[in-house]
Amino acid sequence: MEEIIQHFINGLSIGSIYSLIALGYTMVYGILQMINFAHSEVYMMGAFFAYYSAKFLNLEKSPSYSTLIIILVITMILCSLLALTIEKFAYRPLRKQPKLNVLITAIGVSLFLQYFAQIIFGADPKVFPNLINNQLLFEVGGVSINTFDVTILGVSLLSMLGLHFLVYHTKMGQGMRAVSHNPAVASILGINVNRTIALTFIAGSSLAGIGSVLVGIKYQKIEPLMGTMIGLKAFVAAVLGGIGSIAGAVVGGLVLGISEVLVVVYGSSQYRDALAFGILIFILLFKPAGIFGKNTIEKV
Amino acid sequence: MNALKTPILSAFIIILVASTLGLLTNSYIQLVLLFLFVNSIMGMSLNLINGYTGQFSLGHAGFVAIGAYFTAILTTKLPFPEGILGLPVAILISLGSGLCAGLVGYFVGLPSLRLKGDYLAIVTLGFGEIIRVSLNNITFFGGSIGISSIPSLPELNLGGFIIDKFVISLIFATFWALLCFFVIWRLLKSSHGRGFLSVREDEIAAEAMGINTTQMKVQAFVVSSFFAGIAGSLYAHFTNYVSPASFTFLMSIDAVIMVVLGGMGSMTGCLASAFFITLLPEILRSLKEFTGGVDLRMVIYSLALIFIMILRPQGLFGEKEIFHLWRKNDKTTP
Amino acid sequence: MRSVHFLKLFFLSLLILSSCTKKEDVILVGEYGSLTGDDATFGISTNKGIKMAFDEINSKGGIKGKKIKLITEDDQGKNEETAKVVTRLITQDKVMALLGEVASSRSIIAAPIAQKNGIPMISPSSTAPEVTEKGDHIFRVCFLDPFQGYVMAKFATENLKAKKAAVLRKNGDTYSEGLANVFAAEFKKFGGEVVADLSYQPKDMDFKTQLTEFKAKKPDVIFIPGYYTDVGMIAQQVKQLEIKVTLLGGDGWDSPKLHEVGKEAINGHYFSNHYTTESTSPIVVEFIKNFKQRYNNEVPDGLAALGYDAAKILADAMTRTKDLTSKNIRDELAKTKDFVGVTGNITINDQRNAVKSAVVVQVENEKRKYVTTVAP
Repeated sequence: MEEIIQHFINGLSIGSIYSLIALGYTMVYGILQMINFAHSEVYMMGAFFAYYSAKFLNLEKSPSYSTLIIILVITMILCSLLALTIEKFAYRPLRKQPKLNVLITAIGVSLFLQYFAQIIFGADPKVFPNLINNQLLFEVGGVSINTFDVTILGVSLLSMLGLHFLVYHTKMGQGMRAVSHNPAVASILGINVNRTIALTFIAGSSLAGIGSVLVGIKYQKIEPLMGTMIGLKAFVAAVLGGIGSIAGAVVGGLVLGISEVLVVVYGSSQYRDALAFGILIFILLFKPAGIFGKNTIEKV
Repeated sequence: MNALKTPILSAFIIILVASTLGLLTNSYIQLVLLFLFVNSIMGMSLNLINGYTGQFSLGHAGFVAIGAYFTAILTTKLPFPEGILGLPVAILISLGSGLCAGLVGYFVGLPSLRLKGDYLAIVTLGFGEIIRVSLNNITFFGGSIGISSIPSLPELNLGGFIIDKFVISLIFATFWALLCFFVIWRLLKSSHGRGFLSVREDEIAAEAMGINTTQMKVQAFVVSSFFAGIAGSLYAHFTNYVSPASFTFLMSIDAVIMVVLGGMGSMTGCLASAFFITLLPEILRSLKEFTGGVDLRMVIYSLALIFIMILRPQGLFGEKEIFHLWRKNDKTTP
Repeated sequence: MRSVHFLKLFFLSLLILSSCTKKEDVILVGEYGSLTGDDATFGISTNKGIKMAFDEINSKGGIKGKKIKLITEDDQGKNEETAKVVTRLITQDKVMALLGEVASSRSIIAAPIAQKNGIPMISPSSTAPEVTEKGDHIFRVCFLDPFQGYVMAKFATENLKAKKAAVLRKNGDTYSEGLANVFAAEFKKFGGEVVADLSYQPKDMDFKTQLTEFKAKKPDVIFIPGYYTDVGMIAQQVKQLEIKVTLLGGDGWDSPKLHEVGKEAINGHYFSNHYTTESTSPIVVEFIKNFKQRYNNEVPDGLAALGYDAAKILADAMTRTKDLTSKNIRDELAKTKDFVGVTGNITINDQRNAVKSAVVVQVENEKRKYVTTVAP
């Protein structure tokens, strides 16, 4: 029993991080129908932004919740600026072109950031500062729950709720939904499409920034290529949930995280990634638009 | 373009060029040239499915891996003949690699090609990863350490006149590249090819016209995987080593870059972009001496990628072929 | 098609032009390694050690009045890049000898190329047995997978009296899998039981699932033949899950980063290594002092020390040659006997492998407490 609870918590915590990053993919996809390959690099840069701002502000030695919040806010702002720059210079000129072209510039941006980071920050891993203290909080069925676990789940949950509020209960969110539905009509109705797209990038990259800080706190290690694998997984999670759907990204991330745990426990740890992909393919073959995706019927 | 005459003519030119290159260049440049062919075949084959049929596949590396491993196993576990006999055996093995990859392509394509766009991309990506992870964990395939000592193509001794390994390799590679080029070229001129294009342009309309779109897609996918397998076979011969680490999804991404950079659905464009992505990083290698050891090579490469896409969104050649650009005012597309 | 040929010629001429380098009276030595990519941190460490060794030699007047010029090529940790850069170093830059790689899989690609061209190659830290089997020009200065696995299995049973062991290997990593296989086999031979053998994937950060599985099996030791980049995090998670167990590992652990990531969680665990920083032998003390001075107070890790030794052994062989040719260097390398290196006294045997003993050290913050030496 103790193990099962522990496995569940493990799956949940890794899954919630997949979800946070998957949200960035799914939001950009929903509005521009493009896979933002550079998203995983925004996440990586976020970790370094947090690392250097903690160093610069001399907050390394004073772990507390206010430190965490300051670093989170700085990282969110810097990540948003980075994403806006990428959008402006690499994606906007190609907005009228086929999706695959933007995909290539996205890959180009992703490669650029990877190698740029390796030159500027160095390729060896850095140790992320302790932003909060880790203490034992309580026990559930013999499994101890500490500050890190609660903070990570809490912050992810809060940011997802925040996103939900933004998209479904504000005027800006209404605009976002309108643009994702039909950009041409939305602009006729007086919605500033460029601004809405910018807002989408801000929201998505802020979540990536939050994700990177949480990963930094929990696993301590950051490096320039940390985005590639987790980015791929998050993207898979977004597709699994039905790309373009916010609830789908959250559920997809959790499903992926928990199925990875299940594969290691009941299957074979060597084949974990293969089996996780197998599950994904299996689901997609039966639900070709993902778990929450709408199967639209194309009309001529 | 008289396709019947040209292969023979090109073959002669290539043999001539190959022999001169073999005499003039060192083995580094030779290796880069051989890789150019591997990349070209990889790009052209993906172009059929990505560029002409409009199906987004991200699992090309998996099929290249199957071809490479097929060749690796047959040439290392069985005796590989030296001398003149080696060449037909190598051709047969490459053909087998292609067929093997094509077969897997059929079984992968049949269920997954029902999916569209990015869902298809993810499923093919998943299959590619499954293939790689399996190779990684099966001891028969060498596990993570892979298979080494794969023989190169043999050199020929024609009565005292020795034809260098490189010349043979280059001719071998050119043979497959030309075959790939002309098979896809002829295929596109046939009714099948029209079918592929119609699937890309408008699947519903194609369906309404009585085209079995699923069958079309699967056919294109199988041919594409076949040539990916051939590329893998060449890869194995040229590097003499295969391991699962070679066939990550970055290789699939490289193939997609080649297709889009050259222009979706332009064969010669695809060749040109294979030149670009094989040679540019190599040329930039000597840049290090000027930047004081800082390796800016990949940074420049990625920036070049972004700029080309922004300045020429239709790709280097768009949908045209290089010989269309030759003739001015010729609006016909292939 | 004409313009395609034109393009080809154009690029070719560019390639040839770019390859024109100034000829100086120097000895060219090539190094290939992963300076970017997934394994970059290992390649960079090795590179630092090699650069320091050659600079020391050059500042003392070089070899036979000639300076050594090191040409380093980045293989990005990719297989096909390795084939290209090694061929480039040999045929274009015309190096006399080669140094590299950390990863066995990439040394295996380079070895046949070096062998074919008659260029001696020394791998600083490729531990897979296959590497030096590729030909008589291929050497290494580290011990092999079987030896390290044996050392830790012996240490676990004899010193720690462990009965039950678990193995956590990095999937798809030649080094890790090699060590894990040997350890599991040897541990059973010593009468122990391997209760669990799981793997994690490259780039994983969360190992709790595997560790939770281990926890239920109650092993005495967990053998983790990984690199310090992962082990620090694993140790943290072992602590968080409150598993009472001793962690064991190989030379991949050796780095100051191990303690930075692992913090107090890594203390008290053991790994086998080439040398100990506690050593009082003058060469080690000198090496650590100079390295810190040169690289911003950074403590050298095992890979830097091995890179340093590989370069020094090469230079040593060069000074012994009558005239400097690749063949003579190879012959002298093969005769290396009792070379006093940072990582111990190195003798090259008939299989061109280094014969040297391993030490087992215990982690205590930044320090490595010497525990025992195991001779081959």
